[in-house]
Amino acid sequence: MEMLTVLLVVIPLISAPITAIIANRYVAWLITLVTCLALAGLSGVVLHHVISGEVIHYELGGWKPPWGIEYVIDSLNALVAVIVAFIALITVIYGSKSAEKEIHDSQIHLFYAAFQLVILGLLGMALTGDIFNLFVFLEISSLSSYALIAMGQKRQALVASFNYLMAGTLGATFFLLGIGFLYAASGTLNMADIALRFDQFSSMTLVITALLFILIGLALKAAVFPLHSWLPEAYTQAPTMVTVFLASTSTKVAIYVLIRTLYQVFPNTYWEEMLLPGFLLLSGCLGMLYGSYKAIRQVSIKRLLAYSSVAQLGYMVVGVGLNNEAGLIAAIVHMFNHAITKAALFMAAGLVLMRLHTTNLEKLRGAGKTMPWTTGAFALAGLSLIGVPGTAGFISKWYLVQAALEKGNYVVAGTILIASIMAIMYVWKIIETLYFEGPDKLTVHKVGSGKEIVPDLPVATFCCYVMVATCFYFGLYTDIPLEAANTAVEVLFSTGGGQ
Amino acid sequence: MSDSLILRVVTKWLVPVILLFALYVQFHGDYSPGGGFQAGVIFSSAFLLYALVYGVDATTRVLPEAILRIGASLGVLLFAGVGVVSLFKGGAFLNYSVLAGTPVAGQHLGIILIELGVGITVACVMLLLFYTFARTIPPQ
Repeated sequence: MEMLTVLLVVIPLISAPITAIIANRYVAWLITLVTCLALAGLSGVVLHHVISGEVIHYELGGWKPPWGIEYVIDSLNALVAVIVAFIALITVIYGSKSAEKEIHDSQIHLFYAAFQLVILGLLGMALTGDIFNLFVFLEISSLSSYALIAMGQKRQALVASFNYLMAGTLGATFFLLGIGFLYAASGTLNMADIALRFDQFSSMTLVITALLFILIGLALKAAVFPLHSWLPEAYTQAPTMVTVFLASTSTKVAIYVLIRTLYQVFPNTYWEEMLLPGFLLLSGCLGMLYGSYKAIRQVSIKRLLAYSSVAQLGYMVVGVGLNNEAGLIAAIVHMFNHAITKAALFMAAGLVLMRLHTTNLEKLRGAGKTMPWTTGAFALAGLSLIGVPGTAGFISKWYLVQAALEKGNYVVAGTILIASIMAIMYVWKIIETLYFEGPDKLTVHKVGSGKEIVPDLPVATFCCYVMVATCFYFGLYTDIPLEAANTAVEVLFSTGGGQ
Repeated sequence: MSDSLILRVVTKWLVPVILLFALYVQFHGDYSPGGGFQAGVIFSSAFLLYALVYGVDATTRVLPEAILRIGASLGVLLFAGVGVVSLFKGGAFLNYSVLAGTPVAGQHLGIILIELGVGITVACVMLLLFYTFARTIPPQ
């Protein structure tokens, strides 16, 4: 079992350079697919093993922690690994056509290699128990995602990627400085070891500085309001496949690291008396309102969904900021649910983009009649984004509102409800345009020659519907994410509180 | 700069020396300061010097971009491969002790191979970066 955990990182580490050497797009796609299949299977097995509370330790290189790097897998990071691996798998199946269309032939093997490196980085961030190792994986995933975003079709993709590069580098710098301060105070980089000996150095001012630096770094990476400015453009301009994958995983992994840092590296007894929880709540609530407001005003579906992501990240931050068990469970479950919902929505947006060459709502009037399947996926996944009962989105919002009420924080509970109503507005805006407005004279735009028309994308549509079905499945059967979250939160609160 | 006779001659003399020094840093890295990263940078700097004096085109004829890309990937593969071999031999990932008969010999072998992988990748990536910024030739 221990062996399997390290394979989650080793397999993409080997397959990515092989993909980069073999300059053939079919082989590249096939290698990526096989890699993702293996990773999804492995992560499933690992999650199944640890979901009841067991913890797997793996010592890299045979060096004992705290000196060596150690991978610690509990139900929380196994859940994150499952999200990353399964979304990667479905994205690769979904994206074979779109990547072929959007990426230049000479670059496509490099595209897939970079894609595998992002998976590697995200999985590594999830699995490692060493905070410096975490930084290394953060950089691996970030650097490859800059490259992936820059491969977008339009020239604006370069600007978006450059902005993300700037924000991401700043974030990584803050994070690294924070780690440095923490190391100066504690003398160790192993997260469990830092937590264990936290009382010995917790009185040092350096520790607060470290906490702040790490938090700001992570907030930039996770696009927490008001540090979200790189996100909308990056998601809008990136190639379809990249948007689907990054939107549903990369910020979630950053939120995971935030949770891990706030509850296991720094015990929550340390920061609950500070301004921090209030600040997290404020930033989360403002993020929800601002993201939803901006989403309502967008005319491009991709950008609308991107702003909605900013809002949804607000829910997770609020869950963390509430600092009670229910809130944290809600944050973790929402991480899972939002990943599948956004994957479904961005897949639907990608289908629209591929078939009609635009995601501009003004040009999509009445598209519901000409392409009922694609727009149907939109409507169904939109329900989950709003949080209609019976969908995945409902479960986590329900828990979040409960957690807020448990704390007696009615302002937060009210904000969540207002943001949900705003979510109805922006989802309705799409639905209305697609179904209830008469079509313009032309529904297919910018079609130069016959071969550019993509009439049907059965595989991609199927993948999209798989994700939609997943949204509904996890709305009705919540066992897996909820059990994992419960187990994780129990552990987090016992290690945090019981120092 | 290619018209200066002195520079051309001195470069021809210096390049092999720099390469030799890079290899020294590479293979002496397990006993003394040095290792793959430093060696890779020094190795690539020999080609940088060559490119500065003789031009990028001449350098790409010696080391084409395609080969550099393969080299960069192979270095990573070598690194990961050592880890996988140690996995198959029953140790943890990158546990060099199991690579040879005795742990000491295994550690020795492991670190040399790992550093070689690092060196190859760093040298190739350094040159790729230089080519990308300096080239007037179209991308391949």
